[in-house]
Amino acid sequence: MSFINYSSREINCKLVYYGPGLGGKTTNLQFIYARTSPEAKGKMISLATETERTLFFDFLPLSLGEIRGFKTRFHLYTVPGQVFYDASRKLILKGVDGVVFVADSQNERMEANIESLENLRQNLIEQGYNLDKLPYIIQYNKRDLPNAASMDELRQLLNPTHVPEFEACATTGIGVFETLKSIAKAVLTELKRGGGG
Amino acid sequence: MFPEEQKQIAAVCVRLHRDSNAKAVLLIGRDGQPIAEAGEVGEIDVTSLSSLTAGNVAATGGISKILREKDFTSQFHEGEKTHVHITLVAGRAILVVLFDERSSLGLVRLRVRRATEEMARLFEQVTRHAASKTGPSILNEITDADIDKLFND
Repeated sequence: MSFINYSSREINCKLVYYGPGLGGKTTNLQFIYARTSPEAKGKMISLATETERTLFFDFLPLSLGEIRGFKTRFHLYTVPGQVFYDASRKLILKGVDGVVFVADSQNERMEANIESLENLRQNLIEQGYNLDKLPYIIQYNKRDLPNAASMDELRQLLNPTHVPEFEACATTGIGVFETLKSIAKAVLTELKRGGGG
Repeated sequence: MFPEEQKQIAAVCVRLHRDSNAKAVLLIGRDGQPIAEAGEVGEIDVTSLSSLTAGNVAATGGISKILREKDFTSQFHEGEKTHVHITLVAGRAILVVLFDERSSLGLVRLRVRRATEEMARLFEQVTRHAASKTGPSILNEITDADIDKLFND
């Protein structure tokens, strides 16, 4: 849930990158971290296993500028994608303002994408949210790989509600900032529409 | 949260910091957003600390569910120099007290108890305030043009 701090004049929002394991959620955050000026970002925290798989979450605080004298601060989180870390995923969704679903475009990961998307929907319900009412963006990652499924197929399987979508290659940064801007804008627009903090 | 209650909550943090001889006091939302702070916070990465503490509390909450316990309401981490006392406030926020040899766990616990009661009352006030929808909000003033401007390269 967004938090407006009137004393420090800040609007704080929480964005969660969700998706199947090894889909590129952490890579998205790493690219954003690498390409953001030091004054706009805080420390990136990765709670990972010895093999660099996300164990609990990655966290990156970002400032995107000011609106009416209030700093807009976005807290970016990733969830662990591996199926057995479901308890951790539920915890990270607490207070979420916007969701990016990072889909893995590879044909052989289609089942994992669908499973993860269903898991997202279910875990949001448990936290009292409805994915169809939250600011929500889909990113089709790994578009550069030869075994990537067609966009038509991905859309049909993963985006039946036609939410905004982006093609990406997180390792080179294609689509990463476009996705971030789009979700941040959707969150602020939704906050404005709701009119409460 | 409304500016009025926010000020009062910050004042409780300042009082707790003073009365418990703590190094610093932080109030954090359960989602990891910092709400208020008092004391020696200058050298602390408050944003990271808030996020990790909320993660810690959430994970502990997960453990309590597995054990069919209610939420564990407080936690204590003992360090070599700095100790951390973490308490849930009205199930909505997390009160963190950082202290060293200038204070003691007993004193911190005592002062935290009073502070959490005061904060719980203030949170109730926030809920009532929100229900009456009389609070001013910067969000009402934001226009679509303001948002577009933020994202223009």
